[in-house]
Amino acid sequence: MGVIREFIKGLRVTGGTMLRTITGEELVTTEYPKEMRQKPPRFHGRHVLNRYPDGMEKCIGCELCAGVCPAKCIFVRGMDNDPENPTSPGERFGFVYEINMLRCIFCALCVEACPTEAITMTHLFEMSTTNREDAIYTRETLLMDEKGGVPHMFPDDELADMDELAVADGWVKATAPSGMASYQGVKMWQGTPGPGDWDPEPGQSELDARSPTEDDDG
Amino acid sequence: MATTPLGNLLMTTVEKAANWSRTRSMWPATFGLACCAIEMMATGAAHHDLARFGMEVFRASPRQADLMIVAGRVSQKMAPVLRQVYDQMPDPKWVISMGACASTGGMFNNYALVQGVDQIVPVDIYVPGCPPGPQSLMHGILTLHDKIMAGEIKR
Repeated sequence: MGVIREFIKGLRVTGGTMLRTITGEELVTTEYPKEMRQKPPRFHGRHVLNRYPDGMEKCIGCELCAGVCPAKCIFVRGMDNDPENPTSPGERFGFVYEINMLRCIFCALCVEACPTEAITMTHLFEMSTTNREDAIYTRETLLMDEKGGVPHMFPDDELADMDELAVADGWVKATAPSGMASYQGVKMWQGTPGPGDWDPEPGQSELDARSPTEDDDG
Repeated sequence: MATTPLGNLLMTTVEKAANWSRTRSMWPATFGLACCAIEMMATGAAHHDLARFGMEVFRASPRQADLMIVAGRVSQKMAPVLRQVYDQMPDPKWVISMGACASTGGMFNNYALVQGVDQIVPVDIYVPGCPPGPQSLMHGILTLHDKIMAGEIKR
């Protein structure tokens, strides 16, 4: 009799877990095309070239991003601004801006190197292509429009999630003045259209107060 | 028969059915070479669950595989092995080049690594990322499904 009792005891665990999975109580699977998994706030996705609120481009064509890139996947050429009708507030602007996404390792060193915060990263990750040429993103693809919207590489892709484009990378925040303790909770950035405008960095005490299960998910 | 309108109609339907069945049971060959393989394993695990696409069995034998996911950097020494595994796979077969290193060599532009696995095998889908997350890989897989559904039966 003891054997049977143990047998039933063991199967209760199996059956209970199975039942809770079927009812969705303990289901861990996210069905990707239908539902997206929450990304960490500092997720490194596709790049975006930002604009100032008045529509001017932030990129000044200094090529620091290209210089710092460990994979040498960025190609930038600057050109002098037309004094009558300038593209960027500085002397020059990024005339050619190309990123080979297949070479890119998404380290965000370009984001760190950029003196004008022109290049940041979005949460977009759906970039699969059928040939290598499609993976070279040009200035037209990377640059946000004047309303702050970010163009998608494949707008007709039914899997494309446009909401992902509205979330910017948090790496800048960590290296910004707001990363310092004295600037905790202070919003240091100019309001820019679209992905340039973020909530202030939460303080360390606020981060500590979060439960660990909340943090490691995703 | 195949040239008549009715025959064309019939063959289109057959083609669609064949393509659909191919997309629903692609068995990947195990070809994890580096850190991308960790993400590939994570894709197969419970949180993302490749079994939803009928792909949960990573075949150790290329004879039973339809899809090769090249996950990681391919060194010059590994290149002939990779080609042999590809040759041993039965037709129809597809290749996903996963991650920066497999697709272009990534940041390792040196003499030891193949600068893009498409120099050795025909690649169907390139998945950018370093490494691409499970969702990125699944996007690549779904793009491949689209490609198969759109294509004709060639072999």
